[in-house]
Amino acid sequence: MSEGKEARPMLEVNDIHVFYGAIHAIKGISLKVDPGEIVTLIGANGAGKSTTLNTIAGLLRPRSGSVLFEGESLAHVPASKTVFRGMALCPEGRRIFQQMNVRDNLIMGGFSRPNAELEGSLENVYRYFPRLKERERQIAGTLSGGEQQMLAMARALMSKPKLMMLDEPSMGLAPILVEQIFDIIRELHAAGTTILLVEQNAQMALSIADRAYVLETGTISMSGEAKALLADDSVRKAYLGN
Amino acid sequence: MVYFLSNLVNGITLGSVYAMIALGYSMVYGIAKMLNFAHGDVIMVGAYVCFCAVQYWNLPPAAAVLVSMIVSTLLGVLIEGLAYRPLRQATSLAVLITAIGVSYLLQNLALLIWGATPVIFSSVVPDFKVRLLGGDLIITSAAIFTVLAAVAVMIALTLFVSRSRTGKAMRAVSEDRGAAELMGISVNRTISVTFAIGSALAAVAGVLLCSTYPTLTPTTGSLPGIKAFTAAVFGGIGSIPGAMLGGLLLGLIEIFGRSYISSELGDAIVFAVLIIVLLVRPTGLLGKPIREKV
Ligand SMILES: Nc1ncnc2c1ncn2[C@@H]1O[C@H](COP(=O)(O)OP(=O)(O)OP(=O)(O)O)[C@@H](O)[C@H]1O
Ligand SMILES: [Mg+2]
Repeated sequence: MSEGKEARPMLEVNDIHVFYGAIHAIKGISLKVDPGEIVTLIGANGAGKSTTLNTIAGLLRPRSGSVLFEGESLAHVPASKTVFRGMALCPEGRRIFQQMNVRDNLIMGGFSRPNAELEGSLENVYRYFPRLKERERQIAGTLSGGEQQMLAMARALMSKPKLMMLDEPSMGLAPILVEQIFDIIRELHAAGTTILLVEQNAQMALSIADRAYVLETGTISMSGEAKALLADDSVRKAYLGN
Repeated sequence: MVYFLSNLVNGITLGSVYAMIALGYSMVYGIAKMLNFAHGDVIMVGAYVCFCAVQYWNLPPAAAVLVSMIVSTLLGVLIEGLAYRPLRQATSLAVLITAIGVSYLLQNLALLIWGATPVIFSSVVPDFKVRLLGGDLIITSAAIFTVLAAVAVMIALTLFVSRSRTGKAMRAVSEDRGAAELMGISVNRTISVTFAIGSALAAVAGVLLCSTYPTLTPTTGSLPGIKAFTAAVFGGIGSIPGAMLGGLLLGLIEIFGRSYISSELGDAIVFAVLIIVLLVRPTGLLGKPIREKV
């Protein structure tokens, strides 16, 4: 990695603590994502992966610690403004607008961008997801699971993010669709998007990522090069099932 | 036959007023997930403002209606910002009680400003009558304007919500607040816009209601408010077409109930119908059945 100005991370999370009422869900997590990286966050059910992403996006507030995007603190940036800074979160469970059609979902995805860009952005996401163009007028709730996941990703893409955060994009999908989703993540990355990926499918996530963090009950238990973690015995045992 | 038709006209007219009020209830419920029980009192304020604009400031009727709409819109946004916004994370019970409090506050402020003596509202629509069926069926200008206004409002609102960016943002917030925020949609701003629209419609409804039933007091808004709420639930709360249909049916049921069953029991009939509908269809006529998220 080169020194000087470019060494500034795109995203920096410093020792955040996040609570749900009295539940201490995140107990001091620090991580960083450099421009152009794919970083993955793996961990068991309830480890705090989604909580971490939601906190970065501003949907949850850390009780202490800080989140910096391109060097600027997001402490006073409301959730509805973080997307304007250049980050997008494709949330767990997709959370597409079920009662709106595909096109309107995408239009909402581009809400943070000037109207003049709309047609160009639509064309761009339809290149990644040609299937969605065919289903432009279909009500999103009637799409298949795989199509809904694609819509959620396409919707996040509409904001032209520098940093794309994906929360379990492969959840509940057939293996062939999981492959497709990961291919698209690779394509997005090749096109210059920085990726922060949360996955339970650790095998896939580690094989695509540059670096990885392992989350265990609200703290980071391990981190490093994805390749190294993929070869690590304890990781293999706990997350790869062998 | 004439009796039936004149009841039909009256029912549609009253139903149009209920529909316009119910739209405000339903939109606010759909987007802010709260029952704004002060909504009925905005009708009353709108009517008083229009009354003053005509009586004391000598404004022409169209301008008076416009002033009334502007004041009501500001009032609605103010109520939301001061009373409801600080409670965004509070329990729905706290919000409900606050809304009832705001309702009494508005009624008492009106009492302070305009007094308890009823004022006679002078109709804002040009005075003429249409006589049909050899002069037996009389349709007032107020009825015609009310129905026309309701139709115009419904068309405009439907187009706004389905076509415009802000309208789509309103639908997005109503479906999933968090996801909408991730898109860059400000939930607070969207809720303000919803209150603004609902309150402007309430003013129109108030002015038209008082053009047909001209006695205006500080409590004029409460009963129509509650009935319009009933209409919103009846049609399926949160649904715009539901509010329209619910309002219209409620007006018809009320008028026909009064004329053919009992003039004393008119209101009771209205609520009885509501209870029956909710027993059969708990989500209201056009309400979406609550689906399990996959
Ligand atoms: N809304 C909530 N209220 C209370 N506790 C919560 C809430 N959401 C999550 N938690 C708790 O916080 C902890 C972290 O949850 P989180 O959803 O971040 O985990 P996760 O790593 O994303 O898990 P999964 O793989 O199941 O998605 C868990 O113990 C969970 O029970
Ligand atoms: Mg999760």
